[in-house]
Amino acid sequence: MTAESVHITSYRTYLWVLIALLFLTFVTITVTWIDLSALTVLVALVIASVKAYIVLTWFMHLKYESSLFRVLVIVVLAIYALVIGLTYFDYLLR
Amino acid sequence: MTAENIHHPEPSYLEYRGKYKGLLGWLTTTDHKRIGLMYMYAMMVFFIVGVILGELMRLELFRPGQQFYGPQVYNGLFTLHGIIMIFTVVIPGLAAVFGNFAMPIMIGAKDVAFPRLNLFSWYLFILGAAIALSSQFMGDGPPDTGWTFYAPYSVTTHTNVIAAVLGAFVLGFSSILTGLNFIVTIHRLRAPGMTFFKMPLFPWAVYATAWIQVLATPIVGITLLMIIAERTLRIGFFDPNLGGDPVLYQHLFWIYSHPAVYIMILPAMGVVTEIIPTFSQRRVFGYKAIALSSMAIAFVGYFVWAHHMFTSGMSSTARWIFSLLTFLVAVPSAIKVFNWVTTMYKGSIDVKPPFLYSLGFIFLFMIGGLTGLSLGSLATNIHVHDTAYVVAHFHYIVFGGVGFAFFAALHYWYPKMYGRMYNFKLANIAFVFLFAGFNLLYFPQFIIGLMGMPRRYFDYLPQFTFGMQLSFYGGILLAIGLVLMLYNLFQKNGAKAPANPWGGSTLEWTIPSPPPVENFDVMPEMGPDEEPYDYK
Ligand SMILES: [Cu+2]
Repeated sequence: MTAESVHITSYRTYLWVLIALLFLTFVTITVTWIDLSALTVLVALVIASVKAYIVLTWFMHLKYESSLFRVLVIVVLAIYALVIGLTYFDYLLR
Repeated sequence: MTAENIHHPEPSYLEYRGKYKGLLGWLTTTDHKRIGLMYMYAMMVFFIVGVILGELMRLELFRPGQQFYGPQVYNGLFTLHGIIMIFTVVIPGLAAVFGNFAMPIMIGAKDVAFPRLNLFSWYLFILGAAIALSSQFMGDGPPDTGWTFYAPYSVTTHTNVIAAVLGAFVLGFSSILTGLNFIVTIHRLRAPGMTFFKMPLFPWAVYATAWIQVLATPIVGITLLMIIAERTLRIGFFDPNLGGDPVLYQHLFWIYSHPAVYIMILPAMGVVTEIIPTFSQRRVFGYKAIALSSMAIAFVGYFVWAHHMFTSGMSSTARWIFSLLTFLVAVPSAIKVFNWVTTMYKGSIDVKPPFLYSLGFIFLFMIGGLTGLSLGSLATNIHVHDTAYVVAHFHYIVFGGVGFAFFAALHYWYPKMYGRMYNFKLANIAFVFLFAGFNLLYFPQFIIGLMGMPRRYFDYLPQFTFGMQLSFYGGILLAIGLVLMLYNLFQKNGAKAPANPWGGSTLEWTIPSPPPVENFDVMPEMGPDEEPYDYK
């Protein structure tokens, strides 16, 4: 077992996370006024993904952990994407 | 590791008195060994209820036409049988019982990483089971959807589906937390020097299982909540009348429920991988292949779910892709079977009850697995879809595979659990009854399924009578075998068990039977040249 390293995040970082999340929420709401037709869902999902990335990286400390955890998260997301992809594949080709 | 720490005065985990004694001492325990046993006792009760429900179905099917109860009661019977057996017996199954009891000892840990979370998982398990069972007594009658809760029927039926679905949801949480606990335990609490590839193969199997539990179970959780939302709030997810798509339900349901089969079978394979080398008195053949095939099964098994939906109106491209993937997942399973057989080859085989039950597992699992391939190929699937052939196939996997491996594990670790031996002769006789009864019960279902007998019908055409009656008699033999086996194990008056009755070479055999509370007096360590199965 390796020695545990404890990382203490400063309030300033958390404040930036908060501001970024609030700003992105504002963007999400604003774009609903614009008619993007087919792209509506895509835009909403992209913004949500950026928010999730910020939360995982800074708020959930993925940035400061060993790379094993990052690999695990990426593998999980890849599996999830594959599962959703295969499901939609059926719908698209029906 | 030597035999030094075998004789010592510390009380065993069974005798240990903590803050509370007696039943309360058990209900408040955080000891992984006691929690493992508590899962086992609860599951035994559920299992016996499930068996009785199954036998009641066989009774109705003894002759064509209505015998004792009408279609509605019969639908309730197979639904409850399925819910109990799947969600409260085989899914927690070997992982919850032996993953808890044996895995931490095998990796040289004192307990799991989160002992209180472990106890909490057990309470969630009991709570979920209680909610699921309450569906029988509350609301507008027992659910009649089958354990799969297929939409849109599960959205429109007036029976008490919500309680059953909610019960399954809570049981899912128990499963996720157990999986999480095991992943952290295996990553963090291995004995110093025990790298992943020096870990015994049962912990490897539990590790692969735990990942499926954590990754797949949330999907069924969401799906079940969507049913509740659709029933109560009329949100159109699945019901075409509300603008939903019933095939979407089947996708979401099977994304979990196919990997769930691997939640059941991987620990079963892990146990057999421990038992076969021990009783062949050889080192396991192909350690790495077995370890990695567990991971491969967990991974590929994630992408085969739609083989349950070949007749549901999927696109034909999706159909052949899922058929191909289904065939691929058979490869790592076959790797394991070949490795077990090769381990036995030229071994000095000692046929004791655990080995006998493991052989039963391999035989029945092979039949179940190979008939799974005929179901996975598109053309034959159309013919046998939703027939008794499917019923026979999955009972060969789930009972013949998981059930027999559970019995094997129970006979293997029983001396370690209770510090007592059992009667070998009676265990062998019980095995003969179980094995003969099992095949007599389920093999005819393959035949009448091929002849066209649909599943989940309380009535049938006269040409199926002979097969149905064979199954009935098989069910009786099977029940006799179960009674004999349980009677043998629960009298607990056998000779005192030594620390290592079978000549096993993993860590749990280096400590007394039953183990002390903290498992090890001296924490085990592995040197750089030590191999995984070096503890004799
Ligand atoms: Cu499947």
